Amino acid sequence: MSTNQQPPTTSSPQPKPVQVKLVLLGEAAVGKSSLVLRFVNNEFHENKEPTIGAAFLTQKCRLEDKIIKFEIWDTAGQERFASLAPMYYRNAQAAVVAYDITKQVSCPFLHALSKTPQKHPFKPKHYIALVGNKLDLESERTVPTEEAQAYATEQGLLFTEASAKTGEYVMEVFTEIAKKIPLEQLLASRSRWCRAGSGRVDLNQTAGSGAAAGGCCQ
Amino acid sequence: MDQQYDVIILGTGLTECILSGLLSVEGKKVLQIDRNEYYGSSTASLHLNQLYSKFKGDAAPEALGKDRDYNVDLIPKFAMASGEFVNILYHTDVTRYLEFKQIAGSYVYTNGQISKVPTSTTEAALSPLLSLLEKPRAKAFFEFIQNYDFTNPSTHDGLDLNTATMREVYAKFGLESGTQDFIGHALALELNDEYIDKPARATYEKICLYVNSLAMYGKSPYIYPVYGLGELPQGFARLSAIHGGTYMLNKPVDEVLYENGKFVGIKSEGETVKANLVIGDASYFQDKVKKVGQVVRVICILNHPIPDTGDADSVQIVIPQNQIGRAHDIYIASVSSSHNVTPSGHHIAIVSTLVTNPTTDAESEVAAGLALLGPIVEKFVHVDDLYEPLSSGADDQVFISKSYDATSHFETTCADVKDLYKRITGVELKVEGKVAKLKDEE
Ligand SMILES: Nc1nc2c(ncn2[C@@H]2O[C@H](COP(=O)(O)OP(=O)(O)OP(=O)(O)O)[C@@H](O)[C@H]2O)c(=O)[nH]1
Ligand SMILES: [Mg+2]
Repeated sequence: MSTNQQPPTTSSPQPKPVQVKLVLLGEAAVGKSSLVLRFVNNEFHENKEPTIGAAFLTQKCRLEDKIIKFEIWDTAGQERFASLAPMYYRNAQAAVVAYDITKQVSCPFLHALSKTPQKHPFKPKHYIALVGNKLDLESERTVPTEEAQAYATEQGLLFTEASAKTGEYVMEVFTEIAKKIPLEQLLASRSRWCRAGSGRVDLNQTAGSGAAAGGCCQ
Repeated sequence: MDQQYDVIILGTGLTECILSGLLSVEGKKVLQIDRNEYYGSSTASLHLNQLYSKFKGDAAPEALGKDRDYNVDLIPKFAMASGEFVNILYHTDVTRYLEFKQIAGSYVYTNGQISKVPTSTTEAALSPLLSLLEKPRAKAFFEFIQNYDFTNPSTHDGLDLNTATMREVYAKFGLESGTQDFIGHALALELNDEYIDKPARATYEKICLYVNSLAMYGKSPYIYPVYGLGELPQGFARLSAIHGGTYMLNKPVDEVLYENGKFVGIKSEGETVKANLVIGDASYFQDKVKKVGQVVRVICILNHPIPDTGDADSVQIVIPQNQIGRAHDIYIASVSSSHNVTPSGHHIAIVSTLVTNPTTDAESEVAAGLALLGPIVEKFVHVDDLYEPLSSGADDQVFISKSYDATSHFETTCADVKDLYKRITGVELKVEGKVAKLKDEE
């Protein structure tokens, strides 16, 4: 069992965490929820039930002197038939596209990606990791590493093989993404956005209460 | 594709998505299908190339900027800040997925020019909208409205708004026809003058909605989602998906199946899916709807703000019917890069009205509105038929939404949602406070 989970971040002083929104995509039963569960709780369930709808999880992780707070959307109801609403990935900075190394890749998202790369929803500023899961089932492998690696290179994606079951390389998936994302830029653009945000209204604060509201920087 | 659902929903327009979200939250197994490859049906916001391919059949010129910087609404509407739509957003917690901004100003066209609808007593005192003589009369009218209490006859001044007409109310305060236009069309947002001879209560409530909405954020009564109206159906679709709703886009519906006149399922690409009932927009049920009117909507791309609006990044302009001798008001709704719907330097203005004479050139119906925009870079004209279902759905279990009307906000859409909800579930939709939040969401 791997112990690559980060220790709770207790040492001070605490830098302000950078939020990174991440969506998980991929066919049913490839292990998306298991990858997140391993990353967030360091757990694995042998018979994890299929995700009904979508789940939202957060996990902080430390990268050098920074703290990154991943907001992870694990979805099913929309993504199962390649019908994910653009809203999911509009503000996402990263995506993990998972497949099962023991199943021939048939993910519609991957097909869409390969057929019309210019049309796929992620702009270059987003970071996509292709993850071959269930690495522990090496003996049943049907997708050769080289093939997936070549595909990822051609598409400009990060690539890892991992196992949610053993925990092998799961942490690396997320830290690799975190390393690639220009965090300074993210912080800067956030505050710029807030300054430009005149006229922004916060319904979460005010709806129902009738009070007027101002800025957006919580 | 699971074979049995509680509810199948055809189309991903706002009405369908709100119902999908509400029903999924209640534990219904929902399958929502759309023939288009994008969310939103007729309430979608399109990228520039989607817009060009829909209306012109070709690609967008490069000079207009990046395709995805555009999110152009097909139907122009804003949300009233204290209206029922915002209550539904709050009730369902869909506010989590959306960012809203104010619309910077609301204008009305009178005597050949546009003027800002005052947002404060100071602005009202300076406004050219009312003559010096008219101002005290208008003030008395607004005080009457503000103090009116249906349960307290001493505030009624002899006028019971449940029975008195607006004509009687206007007469009591001696308001001029221009002031009546202002109150009825710029504040109550009545689409024509039919309201004048009806009981005043409905118009009274519309004036209150405007004034209360204005009081929320101050610049105008309207708020608008960043990235366009297409975010709204997506927000509710997301709610539905979180609660188990399944989505299939780009999926044709080949046949709706009935047994003894009752809905049993649909056929799509050789597969059959069954459900107890179906909800959908009129385009999926052409044989079960009637046409009740037409709206012409002209989407215009501008490279400047609308003249005489103080360079506002967003506005609504109402052109009351009487001011231009028409039978219906013309509306202009304009948004821009500050709402992330265009690249910077560009504005979208949608000019719309109910079609009065279907035989004339549709664009000429909104000529008075187009004339206010200044130079127009590109125009997309569409005439939308308005449909209503022929029956309630009680017999065939087919529940059809109304088309999106010519009003400038979502209040009538909410009324339709509530009506459909009642017909579908048999109970009143209560929009009070938040529904239970998922515990795994912050
Ligand atoms: N051997 C092995 N099994 C795994 C691994 N990851 C997930 N599984 C198993 O694969 C099955 C599916 O895992 P999930 O995490 O539910 O897959 P998912 O992609 O979230 O599935 P949906 O939510 O239905 O889309 C479960 O029985 C898991 O226990 C892995 O790394 N190795
Ligand atoms: Mg899952």
